[in-house]
Amino acid sequence: MAQALTRAMRDAMAEDPTVHVMGEDVGTLGGVFRITDGLAKEFGEERCTDTPLAEAGILGAAVGMAMYGLRPVVEMQFDAFAYPAFEQLISHVAKMRNRTRGAMPLPITIRVPYGGGIGGVEHHCDSSEAYYVATPGLHVVTPATVEDAYGLLRASIASDDPVVFLEPKRLYWSKADWRPEAPAAVPGIGKALVRRTGTSATLITYGPSLPVCLEAAEAAREEGWDLEVVDLRSLVPFDEDTVVESVRRTGRAVVVHEAGGFGGPGAEIAARVTERCFHHLEAPVLRVTGFDIPYPPPMLEKHHLPGVDRILDTVARLQWEN
Amino acid sequence: MTVQELPGAGASHRSTQPPAWSPRTDAAPLLPDPEPYRVLGTEAADRLDPELMRRCYAELVRGRRYNAQATALTKQGRLAVYPSTVGQEACEIAAALVLEEQDWLFPSYRDTLAAVARGLDPVQALTLLRGDWHTGYDPREHRIAPLSTPLATQLPHAVGLAHAARLRGDDVVALAMVGDGGTSEGDFHEALNFAAVWQAPVVFLVQNNGFAISVPLAKQTAAPTLAHKAVGYGMPGRLVDGNDIAAMHEVLSEAVRRARAGGGPTLIEAVTYRMEAHTNADDATRYRGDAEVEAWKAHDPVDLLERELTARGIIDEAAIQAVRDDAEAMAAALREGMNADPVVDPMDLFAHVYAEQTDRLREQAAMLRAELEAEDQA
Repeated sequence: MAQALTRAMRDAMAEDPTVHVMGEDVGTLGGVFRITDGLAKEFGEERCTDTPLAEAGILGAAVGMAMYGLRPVVEMQFDAFAYPAFEQLISHVAKMRNRTRGAMPLPITIRVPYGGGIGGVEHHCDSSEAYYVATPGLHVVTPATVEDAYGLLRASIASDDPVVFLEPKRLYWSKADWRPEAPAAVPGIGKALVRRTGTSATLITYGPSLPVCLEAAEAAREEGWDLEVVDLRSLVPFDEDTVVESVRRTGRAVVVHEAGGFGGPGAEIAARVTERCFHHLEAPVLRVTGFDIPYPPPMLEKHHLPGVDRILDTVARLQWEN
Repeated sequence: MTVQELPGAGASHRSTQPPAWSPRTDAAPLLPDPEPYRVLGTEAADRLDPELMRRCYAELVRGRRYNAQATALTKQGRLAVYPSTVGQEACEIAAALVLEEQDWLFPSYRDTLAAVARGLDPVQALTLLRGDWHTGYDPREHRIAPLSTPLATQLPHAVGLAHAARLRGDDVVALAMVGDGGTSEGDFHEALNFAAVWQAPVVFLVQNNGFAISVPLAKQTAAPTLAHKAVGYGMPGRLVDGNDIAAMHEVLSEAVRRARAGGGPTLIEAVTYRMEAHTNADDATRYRGDAEVEAWKAHDPVDLLERELTARGIIDEAAIQAVRDDAEAMAAALREGMNADPVVDPMDLFAHVYAEQTDRLREQAAMLRAELEAEDQA
């Protein structure tokens, strides 16, 4: 996935001279995860810029650059390091189009490596998507496959609106059937995808939890469950129709994500599914999420992150009896 | 006493020298003068450009009248709120006058007057404070960023825009305005640091008007002056009398020239005073005494220039009257413009959130449309 992301930026920069990459350590080092590797060498330090260490400054400067017609791609080094930039994000990035009555859209892509499962120490593993999805004016996308990493990042950079692009850290090193010589077409932002068809229940998920859900779906076959898995790919906009169609077919739904459950995206999705599928539902919409705790130390994270067993236990609870 | 000389710190504990270190910048030329720079009432006024000063005078008088009119409009309920710049007109006008057409102004919420002096239609400039829309103009058309209500957050925008313009090879300078309270914000620091590291063509103008709402400067900073903060970033700091429009114009012009020539950013502290309350919602008598206000009244920016220009024969009674008549006409036009009820379209709520409407917003827009239709039928 890391290479697909690099390639997406490289291709975008080659095609469009207004695309600029900026952030901490993105130049000479190529980023702490090497996602911007080689960009400074190929396009120069003016288009792939090592900035001072200041997230509000990085995003604030990107706002000014976008005001002048550039398309900045900003790297926030880690999920929890993006928080100093929240005022810029919420008060300016998300609102500039609205404040100026459409006169000044801001085509900024904010790449945030997020989530746990890599044994990182504190402040390196937050699942911060709930903060972003609660902010009108932002798009929020997260790829779960190598192909989507490329396609969604291209779509994000091409978008005339700001996009928070959440990169599941633990999938950076995932390899898959991706041919960099012929990357798949850009899927566009806001389209969910049925990754696995099934009949007994729908698992609704995104980003780092997709591989876990697919694994759980395989394991569930032994229990006699044929699970459908929907990958949201985009949290804002939320592709409600794909989700609703799936749940109406299967009659049961579980939302799975790493972020805490209270006020997490799963709460919203469960509510929407209930509103639109009430008469099709055989059981309440259930959620498997991270606990409502600050992200735990690495030696405890396996107990916190939704895993296959917790998903299967929850699926079992879908055999609802009044 | 150095560390080596401390008792017990023998040579055996310190067998190596640290690698050679040389500072990146000589700090001395960056330091501001100890007193605010002044022109009016000094010998420097001998070299005033009469034409420029007549223009400054006319703009100052208009600015004063504009402040009075806008304040009156809050009393009539036409404006929700107006943060007055009475006493600070010289800063506002000079900021507008030193910019070329292609340059950009980044105003704070208090700097409506600077935007108007740059040529923005007064009614458009007031939509934020009237409440019909946040920004009533196209920022690109006027090269005036939206008035920023969050403090100092517009400063990094100015840096980014100036940086982008320079990358493109365009001759553009960004002038960003902030108050004394805003200098305590993190974005102030980050903006100055970025600007200096990138050598961006930006001028930072701090209007030190004495108070951040009610909190005096002494409780805001322990720095000798706000201009001194520049040194820590590696840019020059200038201290100037903010009520002296000739001094303001000169110092700002020099900084703009320097930025345009590739010399990088400058931090300017204009020492001025907010004669009125923070806004009409504030009671200034709770935090300051009459004597202080009276002392500043004696150093009024309009009077200062009027006295100097009259004494030098650059303006006379007839010219003063003509300028006042012009300001009166501007005020009348503003009153007329503001007395018309703004037409707002409720469907605008959804029109400018995203380039393409999301399903969610389409649904909510349909709900509102149905409510409006039901109201119409009732």
